[in-house]
Amino acid sequence: MTEPTVIPEVRMANQIAANFRHHPDAQAADEIAAHLRSFWTPWMLERLGAVVAAGGEGLDPLVVAAVDLLRSPAA
Amino acid sequence: MTTLREPDLGTPAAPGPECVALEVDGIAVEVPAGTSVMRAAAMAGVAVPKLCATDSLEAFGSCRLCLVEIDGRAGTPASCTTPVAAGMRVSTQTERVARLRRGVMELYISDHPLDCLTCPTNGDCELQDMAGTVGLRDVRYGYAGANHLDSPKDLSNPYFDFDPAKCIVCSRCVRACEEIQGTFALTIEGRGFASKVAPGPTDFLGSECVSCGACVQACPTSTLVERSVVRLGTPRRSVETTCAYCGVGCSFRAELAGDQVVRMVPAKSGGANEGHSCVKGRFAWGYATHRDRVMTPRVREAVGDPWREVSWEEAISHVATRMADIQARHGTQAIGAISSSRCTNEEVWVVQKMVRAAFGNNNVDTCARVCHSPTGFGLKSTFGTSAGTQDFKSVESADVILVIGANPTDAHPVFASRMKRRLRAGARLVVVDPRRIDLVRTPHVQADHHLQLRPGTNVAVLNAMAHVILTEGLADREFVSSRCEPEAFATWREFISSPAHSPEATEELTGVPSAELRAAARLYAAGPNSAIYYGLGVTEHSQGSTAVMCMANLAMLTGNLGRQGVGVNPLRGQNNVQGSCDMGSFPHELSGYRHISDASVRASFEADWGHPIEDRPGMRIPNMFDAALAGSFKGLFVQGEDIAQSDPNTAHVLSALGSLELLVVQDLFENETAKLAHVLLPGTSFLEKDGTFTNAERRINRVRPVMAPRVGKQEWEVVAEIATAMGYEMSYGSASEIMDEIARLTPTFAGVSFERLDRVGSLQWPCNEAAPDGTPVMHVDRFVRGLGRFVETPFVPTEERSSRRYPLLLTTGRILTQYNVGAQTRRTDNVVWHPADVLEIHPDDASDRGVADGDLVYLASRVGRTTLHAQISERMPRGVVYTTFHHPVSGTNVVTTEASDWATNCPEYKVTAVQVQLVPPAPLTPGRSALDELRAGDPVPVPVPVAGR
Repeated sequence: MTEPTVIPEVRMANQIAANFRHHPDAQAADEIAAHLRSFWTPWMLERLGAVVAAGGEGLDPLVVAAVDLLRSPAA
Repeated sequence: MTTLREPDLGTPAAPGPECVALEVDGIAVEVPAGTSVMRAAAMAGVAVPKLCATDSLEAFGSCRLCLVEIDGRAGTPASCTTPVAAGMRVSTQTERVARLRRGVMELYISDHPLDCLTCPTNGDCELQDMAGTVGLRDVRYGYAGANHLDSPKDLSNPYFDFDPAKCIVCSRCVRACEEIQGTFALTIEGRGFASKVAPGPTDFLGSECVSCGACVQACPTSTLVERSVVRLGTPRRSVETTCAYCGVGCSFRAELAGDQVVRMVPAKSGGANEGHSCVKGRFAWGYATHRDRVMTPRVREAVGDPWREVSWEEAISHVATRMADIQARHGTQAIGAISSSRCTNEEVWVVQKMVRAAFGNNNVDTCARVCHSPTGFGLKSTFGTSAGTQDFKSVESADVILVIGANPTDAHPVFASRMKRRLRAGARLVVVDPRRIDLVRTPHVQADHHLQLRPGTNVAVLNAMAHVILTEGLADREFVSSRCEPEAFATWREFISSPAHSPEATEELTGVPSAELRAAARLYAAGPNSAIYYGLGVTEHSQGSTAVMCMANLAMLTGNLGRQGVGVNPLRGQNNVQGSCDMGSFPHELSGYRHISDASVRASFEADWGHPIEDRPGMRIPNMFDAALAGSFKGLFVQGEDIAQSDPNTAHVLSALGSLELLVVQDLFENETAKLAHVLLPGTSFLEKDGTFTNAERRINRVRPVMAPRVGKQEWEVVAEIATAMGYEMSYGSASEIMDEIARLTPTFAGVSFERLDRVGSLQWPCNEAAPDGTPVMHVDRFVRGLGRFVETPFVPTEERSSRRYPLLLTTGRILTQYNVGAQTRRTDNVVWHPADVLEIHPDDASDRGVADGDLVYLASRVGRTTLHAQISERMPRGVVYTTFHHPVSGTNVVTTEASDWATNCPEYKVTAVQVQLVPPAPLTPGRSALDELRAGDPVPVPVPVAGR
């Protein structure tokens, strides 16, 4: 059996996004970024960031936006 | 009854507050109105002889031994059933009452074995005492008449004997079962001379009896007596301590002969239990001296190698050296630790300190990750802190009780008894649970509404309740406007008012009839005091945190916060879940729920500890597993938890643990996790620990050692020595010093010390300058965060759904007689009741599969499989099956998945799509457990969703 290559951080981040999707996109991205900053270890953020850097395959666009916020100087 | 008896005033306290003055034997005394003459006499220091009376039970007036004379009144009334009156003059010792009492005792003794010298309770028998007290010297009737002396003993219960030959039919046992426990298992069968105590038409083991011990505690003779007393004799000393099982945190008196525990007796002074107990705390403590205990440190290079017993010094040095070596090769973040809710606050504290100061990272998590971490997130987001709002006593003031995702009669039995007492007195009940749990219909209790929802739809149901309350104008507008953030409420109001949240719109999804849900919501809103009690059936979902916020929204919306009888109350699974969370065991926060990014909080720790603290969150337990599989996490210290059995998706957990370079386990037994360990450090049982537990009502209780640590060291000493060996000096003279450090660094614990706890018994945090005597009820005038915050709670369906291949939903939980992974209770006689985990299945689902009750069935999910015996049960809804996770042989978590709460990664134990089939196609090898099969090479392909780096 071929093992899936989707890292857990993608699944978890998409799940977080689903729980903020009821808000306007910009607000949702802010909230997702705040959640990731508060609860995710840098190692996980790096892995998620690597997925985004590689094109964000499988990632909810809200997560991509949140990761961009985390990379911004204000974050 | 107990050898080392607590004071017994004969009848329960009257509520007061009005007082009445009277005289007893010439002694003036003032007591609350409604007090019995017997209790008033006791308060005046006069002990009235009694047999059927005890202050844990309502007065009964049957034994006629407590007769007194009262000036101006005719006859000799029973003092237990006679209330005091102003100016009353009572005489408890007159020739007349003395004669009557002797006559009563003479009748009792005429039908009682005269074997006092060989009786197990010789010297610990109220009947014996009373015979002496009333001056009985002979029995005029002789002993040859009709009697009950040949009545056979009932020895069916593993923990206590029932010898009806010694029974005086005082009904204390029957009343204890009814009034205290609320099970109604016992009755007085027959009439007149034929009257006898009976557990129904069967023996004790086959009866409804739940072995709580209340009847044994109440018995004034040797009729009901602990088998340990029969075997070991009566105890000679006692030490008050705290039970190490569930989150109720009952206070017990360990009664000992020398350093051998003879019995555990629930303490009347215990704030959580007030003299009651369950089968686990009362009787299932034998594991502490079980032959399986690991007594010497063990080390091995590889998991396949035999263990090598080593000295403490070598073991500690080995752990420190290997951990440091891993960090040198793989970086600071390559190691971490998991603390245990079965350990004391002090033991947990030193683990997180070791991680933060000696490991130099925040990679510490606690087993609350897999149970109540969503409570922390949800209640902090809405109220400002992670804590149940009430004390247990509060339920006595509740008018409406909403129980959701909890099964208190099994998992929190002593609190359940308190709750049932309130329900029998008239409180209304709403149960939200896929299963028809016992509370739905139990003796003299019937739920007004049972919302039998589909697993995974808690949020939709709770939102619908809020929708009804808001749209029908049932909200407490004054509370909302004065106590809550107006902007957040306005946003939430718009959200929840949407027709999409109506019961009619969600009925098909949740399976809950809309009319039933509307009625339940109206009942909750009507109160006037409505209280929510919840458990892991709320938290262990993909939206566990959201559901907690839903409940907080409901309570704020209806003003059910800040007073007795209301609130949002998590029923914590293990004894120190609350405490382990309080102690900063989560990787994102320091003690007292203060985020790791708060520089001022970190600074206080850095100043005290003399070591910098990382400002970014560390790894949670599932993150550690993922990182281990990815190759970046190499060393793990596990304190007192069996993650290989308790955590979900066993194959994934075993793969992660198997990929570590160093796994250190500190535990009482070589558990499933230890089978993969490189170092096994002996732990201490609760009978050896010195420290504190914090229960679900935030009550900090002392855990006192009743014997020296059998392995030579307290667990906190071992951890401190590992930290020291790694280069961070950590040293305490006693556990008390650790609590002093906790108090110094944690504002909510500022007023806590061992000295204070020993003086006052227990304290509920916050306990500080603002609340010097602790805080039984939180958020009275304001929330911890100031204004309460309504949070929008959209329902997001779990991705774990039934399918053609896996058409049933599995939900898992606990049973009364077993505890967690069963490491303790499986090593006691509790296995009599639950020798194996079984699969509860609806008759139709069983029939569809040709499964009969007791059949061995194959339970499979997309990640694993196991086998269990089926138990056909009408309390299951169609399409849902249920099992427990107490036995490694079946290894329930072999089938649960990696799905977890979106906010906290708390596993979604409550929803797993499964299939059940009769006779597995490849049954497990006889004598091997599901976990053994996995270790040997899982026959089922198991996806491990981690990419290499």
